Amino acid sequence: MTDSSRGRPRVGLFVTCLMNLFRPNIGFATAKLLEEAGCRLVVPQGQTCCGQPGYNAGDEDSARALAQQVILAFEEFDYLVGPSGSCLASIRHDYPLLFAAAPAWRARAEALAAKSWELTSFLVDVLGISQTGARFDGVVTYHDSCSGLRGLGIKGQPRQLLAGIEGLTLREMAETEVCCGFGGTFCVKYPEISLKLVDDKIQNVLATGADTLLGGDLGCLMQVAGRLRRRDLPMRVYHVAEVLAGLATGPSIGEGPLASG
Amino acid sequence: MDLHSHEFQSRARTALHDTSLQQALDQARDGFVAKRAAQVAELSEFEALREAAAQLKDHILEHLDDYLERYETAVNAAGGHVHWARDDAEARRIILDICARVDARTVTKGKSMVSEEIGLNEALIEAGLKVVETDLGEYIIQLAGEAPSHIIAPAVHKTREQVADLFEAAHGGPRRTEISDLVDAARQALRGRYFEADVGITGGNFLIAETGSSLIVTNEGNGDLTQTLARVHIVTAGIERVVPTLHDATLFLRLLARSATGQETETYTTVSTGPRRLDDLDGPEEYHVVLVDNGRSRMLAGPFRAMLRCIRCGACMNHCPVYGAIGGHAYGWVYPGPMGSVLTPLIKGLDLAYDLPNACTLNGRCASVCPVKIPLPDLLRQLRHAQFTQAITPRRQRGALAAWRVVATRPWLYHALERVVARILARLGARTGRLRRVPGAHGWTLGRDLPTPAARTFLECWHHEREKS
Repeated sequence: MTDSSRGRPRVGLFVTCLMNLFRPNIGFATAKLLEEAGCRLVVPQGQTCCGQPGYNAGDEDSARALAQQVILAFEEFDYLVGPSGSCLASIRHDYPLLFAAAPAWRARAEALAAKSWELTSFLVDVLGISQTGARFDGVVTYHDSCSGLRGLGIKGQPRQLLAGIEGLTLREMAETEVCCGFGGTFCVKYPEISLKLVDDKIQNVLATGADTLLGGDLGCLMQVAGRLRRRDLPMRVYHVAEVLAGLATGPSIGEGPLASG
Repeated sequence: MDLHSHEFQSRARTALHDTSLQQALDQARDGFVAKRAAQVAELSEFEALREAAAQLKDHILEHLDDYLERYETAVNAAGGHVHWARDDAEARRIILDICARVDARTVTKGKSMVSEEIGLNEALIEAGLKVVETDLGEYIIQLAGEAPSHIIAPAVHKTREQVADLFEAAHGGPRRTEISDLVDAARQALRGRYFEADVGITGGNFLIAETGSSLIVTNEGNGDLTQTLARVHIVTAGIERVVPTLHDATLFLRLLARSATGQETETYTTVSTGPRRLDDLDGPEEYHVVLVDNGRSRMLAGPFRAMLRCIRCGACMNHCPVYGAIGGHAYGWVYPGPMGSVLTPLIKGLDLAYDLPNACTLNGRCASVCPVKIPLPDLLRQLRHAQFTQAITPRRQRGALAAWRVVATRPWLYHALERVVARILARLGARTGRLRRVPGAHGWTLGRDLPTPAARTFLECWHHEREKS
């Protein structure tokens, strides 16, 4: 360890599967925020998915296999950080439960859970950052994703960071804590119900008069953006990390592909 | 009540297109949520009460056999009778036997979800008895020939206009639409029935072990008239409703009214102990309690015990976005919403109610408002696990999960496939920038566009870039 790296935490970046495929920009934004905050960032190759598709479908055995993979890939780091309340809630709460009958793995799951953080809560609660120094021109509204909100208590952290963004005005929507209808595979298993929920959400978003919707989970954002595009409603949709990192400059989610890299 | 939970998907679809239902649901949801929130905001110890109630419930469930025996002893001492019913059929038979023995013709009923659970009305009517529901909501759906769609507001799916139509048909004109007029009309129609009743059947919000009493709460006073004016009073309740003392009941009462209707307390809270005593001014000649198991002792012994904490307030369904979208009838049995999605599969079968635990986004709002802190999303997920291990989960889905596991546990393969998918989707969406139809993603593209990904995944770009530098 060199002098300059001493005291700088080694962070393993958790690459959510949706982000990896649909919105690499969120990964770059997360990396930028963490590196600017002084973290030494590593992106482990041995990761794929947190395992929720299995866990939420009742396939605990497959979920356990994925959880072991994540534990092995990340336990060497000081922290695991990812831009998703959903994946992080799973790592923090579900992993220890999955190994209830295997004490050795349970201890490792608990150790990983204790150092795993959703991005905005890591920045605010762990690193004590209140400003990211970016600029975003627009009136935004913020959707609280359920897993982050109720699973991890994420409510104030993204708002605190957004308050430091120059040019940005936050206008809260009604029922911001109500589900958007994504729910993982729920959205494709029960599409009609899911569409009713997202239409209710969109009504609340539009009622604010904001021009941009922000959130902390790409699943929810794809659900709302996908519906907005289908209904030809003009509204920019970005992950909060993109705005905080000053990388919300290209097309927003669902408005066309971003140039890679 | 017949089980229709296997029709969940078609019923949900119908509900989404029912404009009157949607209107009724919107109105009800906003009212319930706002009123509860206002009450909770005014009571600083609300969270502490929830924690205390959850702990007390767990203590009761741990010693349920003991409290039930104490309760039975106390009921007997007060001159009442306790009947134990293993299942719905046994409960019906016990009640029909009592009705036959006392030569009953008319039965009045206060609202009781357990009586719905055991299919009591159908059995009483089949036996030739006249059944009169006295709760306003129950009265409305009895006129409509429907089942309750909510555990505390059985007719919440009806608009005021629809109730006006039902009342005009039942009571004659003129048609009235003011709520106070409708309540009056029901009261007029029901008043005489209380005096005719041979048997009055109520539920029991709480059964008090120390005194042998049953306690009910209502906002209309109909339960009091039902249990006081009939010759025979029968209480139907699940075995989990027992609490040690009257003092303990007050803890739950403080939570119940606030969580259910957003009131500090319900209008009427009535404790009833045994039949009429010599110096009582009124009361029934006989007092019976039918304690219904119907799957509860099985729940007690397994991983779903926490569900037995439920005090039937309905807050979970009032705050459930799925319930709010489709209403209670879509769930296909007595108990709808999150609590019903746990109870129905456990009582009626995991296979017959397959959709219920699955038609949930696991958003957790139900658990966050539950007054006895039942971890409803965890229980729903455990039901999914039970369905999976018993091979009730559809074969196609299990196949997809197996394939997902093969790929997801091999990072090189997973990343290679993501790279391929990214390239294909990027090419498909290159012209328009959005994907309106994607093979294999019908569930998504039915009502949403799929964002077009960049042609290269994050991992691909990241490692390429870092290797360069």
